[in-house]
Amino acid sequence: MITQAVPAIVPNFDDGIGAGRKLAIICSKGNLDMAYPGLILANAALGEGVETHLFFTFWGFDMITKSRMRDLKFTMLGNTATHLPQGLGGLPGMTAIATHQMKKQIHDIGVPDVPEFLEQIVASGGHLWACRMSADMMHLTKDDLYEDVEGIISASDFIEKTEDAQLLFI
Amino acid sequence: MPVTTIGTAQVHVDAEGFLTDYDEWSEGLAVQLAAAIGIDLTAAHWKAIRFLREDFKAQGETATIRRVCTLGGIPTKQLFALFPKKPAKKMAYIAGLPKPLGCV
Repeated sequence: MITQAVPAIVPNFDDGIGAGRKLAIICSKGNLDMAYPGLILANAALGEGVETHLFFTFWGFDMITKSRMRDLKFTMLGNTATHLPQGLGGLPGMTAIATHQMKKQIHDIGVPDVPEFLEQIVASGGHLWACRMSADMMHLTKDDLYEDVEGIISASDFIEKTEDAQLLFI
Repeated sequence: MPVTTIGTAQVHVDAEGFLTDYDEWSEGLAVQLAAAIGIDLTAAHWKAIRFLREDFKAQGETATIRRVCTLGGIPTKQLFALFPKKPAKKMAYIAGLPKPLGCV
């Protein structure tokens, strides 16, 4: 009788084509709805073992500014995807209502708020960088920023740190 | 559905090797599955694996890293140390469960 040794089917976790992959995400928006894509993709990349760097610039600075990071807003204005009359979005209090609703929807599916999400990203090995020019423009120092931001760096420094990385601009 | 041999057991797996039958798993098999991906199970690993098994039984889907952290009480950092690089998939594999579907 001939027995044939068949290799066990085992997932290839460590030596895939993605080994050594790096991802750079530039977060340039301060709206609640535009904060999440970068956070979710960073978290997903880290969970796949991808070295991930986030660079916060311009309005994206709100995501890491202590006084604002808990208070990002969502507005219907200029966003046709709500499929509601644009005039409605301009009514007093409408941005607050829309923000409240979106925060509730995010919370209901078990996704954390911005500070907690950043904490999770850092715990997963992600790197947070603040843009030098934005800090200078807004007169902010490292003390004003979320404590796990590793540094305030120039655009060139970020480009240097993310050599060979894939890049997302959000 | 392919059948593969892990240690001495014959189990049903998907194309990547994740077990497809919840009841074909045993703790003994978990030790073999872990060894196959280079992990020696310690008490800390077992806490995560057992949480995943229980949670799947209750929820019908595999817990994400965040769920293991918030509900299972194991910090994210520790999960990355226990199951390097790809904790969610490695935990699911050892626990004999499908890959998690959730984004976060």
